[in-house]
Amino acid sequence: MSKNPPNYISTTNACKLCTPLGAALAFKGIEGAVPYLHGSQGCATYMRRYIISHFNEPIDIASSSLSEKHAVYGGGANLKLGLMNVTQKYRPQLIGIATTCLTETIGDDVKLFLREYEKEVEGEKPIMVQVSTPSYNGTHMEGFHNAVASVVAALAGKEGDEDTSGGVNILPGFVSPADIRYLREITDDFSLQATILPDISDTMDGPAAKTYEKIQPGGTPLSSIASMGNGMGSIEFGHTMSDDSGGVLLARKFGVENVRIAMPMGISASDRFFDHLTRLSGSPIPEKYRGERGRLVDSYVDGHKYIYGKKAIVYGEEDLVVGLTAFLAEIGVMPILCASGGKSGKLAEMIRQATDDLLPEQPQVHEGMDFYDISELAESLGPDLLVGHSKGYPLAQKLSIPLIRVGFPIHDRMGGQRILHLGYRGAQQLFDLVVNACIAKKQGDSSIGYSYM
Amino acid sequence: MELLKEREEQIHRTGEQPFTLSCNKDSLAGAVSQRACVFCGSRVVLYPIADALHLVHGPIGCAVYTWDIRGALSSGPELHRLSFSTDLQEIDVIFGGEKKLRSALLELIERHSPKAAFVYSTCIVGIIGDDMEAVCRQVEKETGIPVIPVKSEGFMGNKRAGYTAACNAMARLIGTGETTGISPYSINILGDFNLAGEIWLIREYFERMGVEVVANITGDGRVADIQRAHGAALNVVQCSGSTMDLARMMEDEYGVPSIRVSYFGVEDMAQALYDVANHFNDPEMLERTRQLVKEELQELLPKLEFYKKALKGKKAAIYVGGSFKAFSLVKAFRLLGMVVVMVGSQTGTEQEYQELAEITDPGTIIVDDTNPLELTSFLEEKEVDIFVGGVKERPIAYKLGVGFCDHNHERKEMLAGFVGMLNFAEEVYSSVMSPVWRFTCQKEKGREKMCSIAVANPKE
Repeated sequence: MSKNPPNYISTTNACKLCTPLGAALAFKGIEGAVPYLHGSQGCATYMRRYIISHFNEPIDIASSSLSEKHAVYGGGANLKLGLMNVTQKYRPQLIGIATTCLTETIGDDVKLFLREYEKEVEGEKPIMVQVSTPSYNGTHMEGFHNAVASVVAALAGKEGDEDTSGGVNILPGFVSPADIRYLREITDDFSLQATILPDISDTMDGPAAKTYEKIQPGGTPLSSIASMGNGMGSIEFGHTMSDDSGGVLLARKFGVENVRIAMPMGISASDRFFDHLTRLSGSPIPEKYRGERGRLVDSYVDGHKYIYGKKAIVYGEEDLVVGLTAFLAEIGVMPILCASGGKSGKLAEMIRQATDDLLPEQPQVHEGMDFYDISELAESLGPDLLVGHSKGYPLAQKLSIPLIRVGFPIHDRMGGQRILHLGYRGAQQLFDLVVNACIAKKQGDSSIGYSYM
Repeated sequence: MELLKEREEQIHRTGEQPFTLSCNKDSLAGAVSQRACVFCGSRVVLYPIADALHLVHGPIGCAVYTWDIRGALSSGPELHRLSFSTDLQEIDVIFGGEKKLRSALLELIERHSPKAAFVYSTCIVGIIGDDMEAVCRQVEKETGIPVIPVKSEGFMGNKRAGYTAACNAMARLIGTGETTGISPYSINILGDFNLAGEIWLIREYFERMGVEVVANITGDGRVADIQRAHGAALNVVQCSGSTMDLARMMEDEYGVPSIRVSYFGVEDMAQALYDVANHFNDPEMLERTRQLVKEELQELLPKLEFYKKALKGKKAAIYVGGSFKAFSLVKAFRLLGMVVVMVGSQTGTEQEYQELAEITDPGTIIVDDTNPLELTSFLEEKEVDIFVGGVKERPIAYKLGVGFCDHNHERKEMLAGFVGMLNFAEEVYSSVMSPVWRFTCQKEKGREKMCSIAVANPKE
């Protein structure tokens, strides 16, 4: 079978989102922050709608609301007006400003505008962090990682109250609120002071409240970011981002050792994560997690025959695809196509590294894919499973195969924000999902009405 | 709540001062408007044309956020449900996107054999200066199908400007089709988008009256129907904001008169049918219409009684895209015995807001182009029981412990027509009456302290 990806000029049903969306989500994980898009009004509104449909949470993203005259004469005045209005209404500690294709193309110098703003506007001002996110360059993941790097570049230091010095920095990338809560629990159980950047666990999955919070409580505390330079080490999830990531910046600027590991999905990748925590904390893996791991192995054994050799197509963000592929390979599912809209150039190599000892044959791995491409390849590959976000549903429906919903966006089910992907506990949930989807398919396809499967 | 100064004149309280309301202007920077942009306006109006190719010329965002979002159903082809983009990259921005646009169009037209192609311009296309007209003309010549540029750069105004761009695009199709054999009792349905199959219901009413529907504009729409739409005797325009421009153009160019209607709520639905029957001035048709309305009401009204009893006196707030819908909703809530305390829209005109002020009770808040913080303060001040809006309004309601009814593009329930009124009542009822509210922080008694939750803080 040809291993060449389809090569079309047009994009149909993209398997990626635009750069500023990722930046807005990353800023949303900073304490007291309001994301702000310097562009026309539509961008902010579209992204809010898209994000709300997944998280079922408010997300206020401000906009410069540029009009025709600003596109001609520059958007500086509206940027400043917008920042003033956001400051007055939201009283944020930080405004995270991401550009859009419009303002990048007209050549607005946001850094200059912010310097002018600093001089022109009196009174107390929030911290301004800006990131360049032209949507014609990269995907939402570049936007996400670049925003994190901008926050680190602007705010990280060696300021330290004692209790945060010597902690560990975790840069998990774009994972779910449930994942972040779990990471916090793990580091707490290792008695490690951890700064998780960004942290959307409360801001994008908040409890019922008495009123509408202008800015949801939670997010990575600014004071913790300010002392990230004191950390004894950073752990960064993912291998496909650029060499100017937050973790790398911390290493370069402050000499904080940075370890990049694959997203800890499945046992092998989670083991590596726990090994690093053991090394950094000097403590053995807490009993609780040995228990989780043990039960997970036990369930792998109990369930292996339902899934062995099932063929899966995995799609989504590159690092998520690497993590999922490694997990599927270790439970005996055969990934046959790994696809992403991202184009890091590293995806195939990362998948090979993660699965070389497990898979008799490497799957097809293609970057820059859309769902038209995936669908075309799927016709001849005959998959048993799709693994990815909600936008694969039309394909799953066409092929009459189960879709294992993971990642973002989950637009057709409740609880996208509560899906746990990481660590032993995340692997347990994913494993049960995969096995049960296969069992349900077999049960549903049979007319007998088995109540034992 | 303290308002931003620039926002003050976009809010009115019925009866408390003489009516003035500023509207139809650009959204205020930093105010977190609930509005989208010009592109959005064009995209939502044209998108339901199911046998046309809809190609978004720009970077990926605009196409991917509008992929199949509207739930506009088709009885045949479903090309409109795919999201096509030229996915412009940096190199295209530097050297221009015309070549890529042309190749993408040729590729997609060959692949899907659409009956026409709409090409939407996005923000940067307006900046890099791609000559979309020229590319479209060229491809039209090569492929033999209408290839129509839609001037929808996001920054070129607000959502209303996008409606106009969509109408201009459709105007290029109208007048190019054959009109022989069209009944003198014929209409075009403008401004219904066939959410949840609503246009099928409306068409069935018109058929029972003996009226031929020439073109659906645009729900379950077809290019060939739109091309012959000028042969219809009457344009029946719902959602006047989005397609009234087209009706005006058709009146000027082809002498097709138009009436404005709404299919939401019992009164407006019945009025719409009577207005059409009266226009044709045919006693038999009028009789058939009376019969239809009678049959439908006999079926509906007894079923509504239950909901009226349960919902009497409950307070409702409305924030929708177009203000036409707001009128119908005000009346629909009245029919249920409920009280409307706030009503607003993204794109209403001064006249529409004035009319809203006239039909609402004293103290009702009327608002144009609002935002989450204002909405929050209104919902809290008025102690609302149910909020009607779209996806972006939903979490605002829910965080405040207020029920919610989705009356936007993404709903899957039919809310138009007589049966739609029943569905609407049912949906309002099922949110307002749910037992879950007793646990929310606003309503819970005796366990208030359960509502104060510390967030994860590593410094504790």
